[in-house]
Amino acid sequence: MSELRELYQTTILDHNKSPRNFRVPEGTNRHADGHNPLCGDKVTVLLVVDGGTVRDVGFQGSGCAISTASASLMTQAVKGKPVGEVVALFDKFHALLTTGGDAAEDLGKLAVFAGVREFPMRVKCATLAWHTLRTALDGKPEVVKTE
Amino acid sequence: MSAAIRERAPALDVAKIRRDFPVFDRNSRGRRLAYLDTGASAQKPRVVIDAIAEFEAHSYANIHRGVYELSALATQRYEAARERVGRFLNAAEAREIVFVRNTTEAINLVAASWGRTNVGAGDEVLITEMEHHANIVPWQMLCEERSARLRVAPILEDGSLDMAAFERALTPRTKLVAIAHVSNVLGTLNPVQRIAELAHARGAVVLLDGAQAAPRIPVDVCALGCDFYAFSGHKAYGPSGASALYGRASIMDAMPPYQTGGGMIASVTFEKTTFAPIPERFEAGTPAIAEAVGLGVALDYLGSLGLAAIERHEADLLAYGTRLLRAIPEVRLIGTAQGKLGVLSFVVRGVHAHDLGTILDQEGVAIRAGHHCAQPLHARFGIVASARASLGLYNDHEDLDRLADAVRKAIAMFAG
Repeated sequence: MSELRELYQTTILDHNKSPRNFRVPEGTNRHADGHNPLCGDKVTVLLVVDGGTVRDVGFQGSGCAISTASASLMTQAVKGKPVGEVVALFDKFHALLTTGGDAAEDLGKLAVFAGVREFPMRVKCATLAWHTLRTALDGKPEVVKTE
Repeated sequence: MSAAIRERAPALDVAKIRRDFPVFDRNSRGRRLAYLDTGASAQKPRVVIDAIAEFEAHSYANIHRGVYELSALATQRYEAARERVGRFLNAAEAREIVFVRNTTEAINLVAASWGRTNVGAGDEVLITEMEHHANIVPWQMLCEERSARLRVAPILEDGSLDMAAFERALTPRTKLVAIAHVSNVLGTLNPVQRIAELAHARGAVVLLDGAQAAPRIPVDVCALGCDFYAFSGHKAYGPSGASALYGRASIMDAMPPYQTGGGMIASVTFEKTTFAPIPERFEAGTPAIAEAVGLGVALDYLGSLGLAAIERHEADLLAYGTRLLRAIPEVRLIGTAQGKLGVLSFVVRGVHAHDLGTILDQEGVAIRAGHHCAQPLHARFGIVASARASLGLYNDHEDLDRLADAVRKAIAMFAG
């Protein structure tokens, strides 16, 4: 049960229940759709990128608690950041979930997802929004799959 | 089967059955494993595991090839397994049984071989809204290729087939009706005998996807009147890799090969090849020999318990589990048709199926969470995913008590 509490921390449950930035930002100029074919979860990430900075970000879609909370916390973490920093954050977050180690140190609130590593079947839930964000930043139009 | 016959069937001794399955020797996360995913794949009894090991160790060689004793022995065992499958389905002849990897391959075989020969531009293939992707996509591909039309008969809110709409969808252009005998999500037992009569009256051929039905109820392809019947060995307590397609001999005799190569020819020259008769024509290359032998042993095991007794056992479990889940206000059951079998699919308000699956796993309860390879069906009910508990020989009331307790725990966790 302790591993489960580690997975479903209060922050995750809270963001699942009340997702932040669950909206279409005004002036959206980049977006991408993500899809987890295993469970059918879908997420759309919408960005306002201006002068190399993510000015605003929102998301739409439906998914499990892990994917919804991950999308919600992601929007908070990347809003206002230069694109280069967002990409670096993606790499760190990805490392946290796949290789572990000290990646949690600089991740702030995102460190709550460290527990997902113990549940290999759920890693894709936590990374779906992030992969979709990267695609939106690259301006590639295709649907993202969590592979 | 009539309720009267079912009532006379002996009850299963579940405690004894559980001892037949080595998987239950070990605990899952410190608890007795409550395995409620037999609809995806069944656990294997020791007799099957041992028979495969014994065959690999002492009776193995390639089949239909060697002139030596071992090859003859292996061929004999493989062909005996085919006969066993034939008896299991009450096929008229053993040559009507083709070994395939899984139900998916069986349906693909029919689509590629029978379909390409018999379905042309403007023809129709009729399926239903409750089909598994394996009984949708091969027909979709065939229809695209042949400029034919894929028609989909709708279901009613309780998950039963809308028979009036089904009859309207049957037209003189319908070449094939492909339908689940039992739905893998809803548990709906379709009136397939009636469906076969209606289809045949319009000259259409009937394929039944028996993946969920075959391990749960007695199947008699002659009585059902179907032309093709596919089922999965691994859902019938056999190994993965050996499954079966039944095809009426008069239809299969006229079908071209599906895959070509070794084992399926009569003679080959660089100018021309003539093909072997059925069933070899459809078994190109070395098949899953030990697995086919294992499937035969699994069917012997089911036969020793009796399909009627199995049906009665699962009906009792289904009624009990339905009662438990209905008592939880947040739970919505998907599929409530009369006479349904084997599976309990549901959604829980406020808890996504994936999260539920993870939480249940921590309680030693194994269920399936997701779309169960039936996305159009989930869309029909306005959901993306559901949780599915599916029943097997070795389940008992305790498994279902633990399922309901764990669902309550998940609800409490997400409400907090």
